[in-house]
Amino acid sequence: MPIAKSLRAVGHRAVNVVWRIGFATRFLYLTLTHSGMSFRRFQLVVKELFASGVMSLIIIGVAGLFVGIVLGLQGYETLKRYGSESALGSLVALSLVRELGPVLAALLFASRAGSAMTAEIGLMKATEQIAAMEMMAVSPIARVIAPRFWAGILSMPLLAAIFSAMGVFGGYVVGVVLIGVDEGSFWSQMQATVDFQHDILNGVLKSFVFGVAVTVIALFEGFDAPPTAEGVSGATTRTVVQSSLAILLLDVILTAFMFRGA
Amino acid sequence: MERTKLDLWVGAFVVAGIAAIVVLALKVGNLSTYNVSETYQVSAHFTNVGGLKPTASVRSAGVLVGRVTSITLDATRYEALVTMTIDKRYQFPIDTFANILTSGLLGEQYIGLLPGGEEEMLAAGSEFKKTQSAIVIEELIGKFMFNKASGAE
Repeated sequence: MPIAKSLRAVGHRAVNVVWRIGFATRFLYLTLTHSGMSFRRFQLVVKELFASGVMSLIIIGVAGLFVGIVLGLQGYETLKRYGSESALGSLVALSLVRELGPVLAALLFASRAGSAMTAEIGLMKATEQIAAMEMMAVSPIARVIAPRFWAGILSMPLLAAIFSAMGVFGGYVVGVVLIGVDEGSFWSQMQATVDFQHDILNGVLKSFVFGVAVTVIALFEGFDAPPTAEGVSGATTRTVVQSSLAILLLDVILTAFMFRGA
Repeated sequence: MERTKLDLWVGAFVVAGIAAIVVLALKVGNLSTYNVSETYQVSAHFTNVGGLKPTASVRSAGVLVGRVTSITLDATRYEALVTMTIDKRYQFPIDTFANILTSGLLGEQYIGLLPGGEEEMLAAGSEFKKTQSAIVIEELIGKFMFNKASGAE
């Protein structure tokens, strides 16, 4: 019966998805309750901050600069038509601080640091390092997972802020230095429209949420990966795909809450 | 425990991140223009606030003196009730005019205060009695067309 067989396959996949969500929730709970060691031995978190934060600095900084330059060029082209080139500063800053900074930094973070986390943990599992830790009565969640979790959460808002700042600098270089928009109106229009609470803090909050989502997905995929070469590669791919989708979906939800045109 | 090269890099990263947030707050955002000094609250009724929004600036002679905190509809008078906080350093006479103005042709709207000549100053919680609403372009065009039509006869 091919129909029954395919129906069964669909049902099996659906059940599997629900199963994984439940496991992921328990995984997150365990990570949170086993976080004590991360703070008692903060050196563990610092090591992971280096791996996920410092190593992402260059890609984040350069990408932010380029995005700011493109925003400056494109924004100027459009604003020129309405004779309001002086609003270039607001356009660059608002789009970076509200949207592009948190979202693009999170997407880059997912592919740069998230995939590395998944591959590392997946390989640790494949080479039975995780099992060895359990044998020695060391909780792998406390020793391996939790420090990476906290490092990811801490570095994401910082990276997003660096991305936005670099982008504003890029927009400034293109708009003021190269094109010749008036410097005073560039900064004053920007300061008049960007609100600290409404725009900057909401952007930081967004990147924090993205950081949690990316880190949890990356760590869980690595922890749940089948201990084979194929399994680890599949898990790494899934990390990038799922965290990118999660970032964009969360962005829709958060934006709807934060900026509903009020 | 010893200091390692790692700590230096992570420290640099954290400093760079916090510096970026501070730059965003002070240079890009309006945190530097926030009132750290004490403020007092006053209100005003307008028949139409147009596009005025909370956090819009309150200016007198072009100088920022306060911000709009809330805009609600006064259900007994069917007028907009705008409350604003004003820097304690600035006192205004009780016959001050509060106008809703637009900065530039397409700019954002703000409240302009035009001080009157009374000796008595506005106290906290009191109200601007003399207000002028926002100019709504559609009404202006409507009036203009009505005038043209009646003038043609």
